[in-house]
Amino acid sequence: MLRPVSATNSSNPVLGRAASDLIEIKDLNFKYFGSTTPVLQNVNLTVKNNEIVLIAGHSGSGKSTLLRAINGLIPHQHSGDYSGEVLVDGLKVSETSMSVLALKVGYIFQNPENQIFMFSVERDVAFGLENLALPQAEMRERVDWAMELLQIKSLALRAPHELSDGQKQRVAIAGVLAMKPKILILDEPTSLLDPFTAKSLVNLIRDLRSTLGITVLIVEHRLDLVAKICDRMVVVDKGTVVLEGSPREILSKTDVSLFGVTEPTIVKLSKRLSLEGEKLALDAQELTTALKPVA
Amino acid sequence: MQLNSNLKDGKPIVSFEDVFYSHPNGNVALKGVNFSLRQSEVLAILGSNGAGKTTLVRHINGLLKPTRGKVSVFGEDTKQLSSAQLSRRVGIVFQNPNNQLFAQSVRKEIEFGLRNFGFSEDILKKRVESALNDFSLLDYADRPPMELSGGEKKRLCIALVLAWDPDILILDEPTVGQDSEQKEKLSEMTRLLQSQNKNVILVTHDVEFVWPLQPRIILMANGLIVADGTSQAVLSDSDFTNRADVLAPQLVDFSKLMGFLKPFPSAPFEAEKILRIEHG
Repeated sequence: MLRPVSATNSSNPVLGRAASDLIEIKDLNFKYFGSTTPVLQNVNLTVKNNEIVLIAGHSGSGKSTLLRAINGLIPHQHSGDYSGEVLVDGLKVSETSMSVLALKVGYIFQNPENQIFMFSVERDVAFGLENLALPQAEMRERVDWAMELLQIKSLALRAPHELSDGQKQRVAIAGVLAMKPKILILDEPTSLLDPFTAKSLVNLIRDLRSTLGITVLIVEHRLDLVAKICDRMVVVDKGTVVLEGSPREILSKTDVSLFGVTEPTIVKLSKRLSLEGEKLALDAQELTTALKPVA
Repeated sequence: MQLNSNLKDGKPIVSFEDVFYSHPNGNVALKGVNFSLRQSEVLAILGSNGAGKTTLVRHINGLLKPTRGKVSVFGEDTKQLSSAQLSRRVGIVFQNPNNQLFAQSVRKEIEFGLRNFGFSEDILKKRVESALNDFSLLDYADRPPMELSGGEKKRLCIALVLAWDPDILILDEPTVGQDSEQKEKLSEMTRLLQSQNKNVILVTHDVEFVWPLQPRIILMANGLIVADGTSQAVLSDSDFTNRADVLAPQLVDFSKLMGFLKPFPSAPFEAEKILRIEHG
C-alpha cells in the first residue's frame, strides 16, 4: 500500500519484530560532526527478508547516509549526533562491531575502484575472507564459488585495474558475496556501466536474490533498468522517508521527478494513457501488451 | 571571440581523416576513424565501455594526437597546435571529475581557468557568479571541491569549462550522478549552446537522456565508427545498435513493437496524441 510515512510511524509497535523483518530502522536521526543540518531525520523503515528494495531521491537527500547506517559505517566510522535504533538481523548496529556487521551486510560502492586494490582478481575476492581467518580450504572454496557465481573465473589471475568497469563491478560483488552476507547493498551500481552491462548487472541482482535468498537494497537513478526487479520503492527526501510502496504504485500516484528521480519515458506515456496502478507499464514490452488488445 | 573565416563557408569545425591511435602499451584504440562536424551540430557518441569514445574526443582538444591520419579543428591540424591553444576553444569535461579539480574552493576552481586565459578581474567576477548560479553551486562556493558529492563535482566541472565560453563543449558522461532536475538543465544548456552556434559533443551511455535532444549520433565499437546519422536513423536500426552494444531508447522499442513506421522523437505527449487517434 502506498502511504505517506509520518515521522512517528514506527514499525509494528505492538507486535514487535516480525520474524521476516531483517532490517528495522526506528526513529533514526543523524547529523555529521561539524555539520549544522541533520542528514537523517526520524527515519522509520522495515525491510523484509529476501526483498529487493529500491531507494530513490535527490542527490544529497540522505540515501547514502541511510545505507551507511545499515552497514555500521554510521555511527562507527563517521562521528556525529546519532539517535534512534537500527537493527540488522536482530543486532543493534550501534552496539555491534563493524567486523560482525560485515558478515551480515555486503556493501558495493558506486565506484568499484574504491574497493578493489589487490594484485589479482582472486586475491581481491579473497581479501575479506583472509581477514576472517578462515581455514585455507574453506577460503579457496568460497572464492571459487563467488567467482563462479559472478562468471569471473577466467579473470582470476588478471590484475583488477586492467579490467573493464563492468568486470571490476563483478569483482567487487564477488568479494562481498564470498563473505556470505544476508544483505547486499549497492550504491548506484550501474552509474559507470554501459546499458548492456548495466542490464546484465540488474539481471544478476535479480538472480542472486532468488538463488541465494539474499536481501538487496539498491540506490539507483536509472528506473528504466531497475524498477522491474524491485518489490518495493522507498523515496527519501530531506533526510526522511516520504513514500514507500511498490514501484508501480509510487510511479502511478507521484511525479517522482519532484524527488529528483527521472520518470522513465514509458512510465510517462503509460500514465498519459491512464494505464496506472497494477496496469502501469514499466517497459516498452509491457506497454505494447497493454495496448495491443485495444488495437 | 573571432571564428576563423573558413567556418563561414561551411567548412567543418572538426574533421577526422583516417585516424588511428595506439596507446603506448600497444593497444589500438582508434582504427581508422572518419567524420566531420559542422557548426552548431550537437553530436552524441555512444558505444560500450572501451569502444574508443573517450580516446576519440581527447583528439579534439589535442590531449591526444593521432598515431596515423589527421585531426583538424577549426581548420588547423592539431599536430600544429598545443593543447593549451586548443583548450581555449575546446572545453572538455572529463568522465572522472577528480581529474579536473584541484583548487582550494569551488569559487577558486572556476576562477583558475578564467585567470589562465587572461580574462579581466571584473569579467572574471561576473562569470564566476553566473557559473555558480547557473549550476546551483552558490551554497558550495567556499567549500573545497573534494568535499562535494560525485554529481556536484561533475556540475562544477561543467560550470568551470563553460565559464570561459569555448566554441566546442565536450561532455564525457555528463549525466552520471545527476538527478532529474540537473539532467533537465543539461538538456536546456545543450539547446542553448546550439542556438548560439556552438557545438556540443556528448559522450554518454544515457540513451534516454540523448533521445529527446535528437542529436546526430555516432555509434562506436572496437575503435571504429559503426554508424553515423540522425538519432532516428541510427537508434531505430537494431543492426547498428547491436553492433555497438547500445540499448535502443524505450520509445524506439515501443514504436517498433507497436509497428509504427517512425519512432516517436520525444515528448510522450506527442506519442499520446498519436496513440489516442489510433486506439480510440
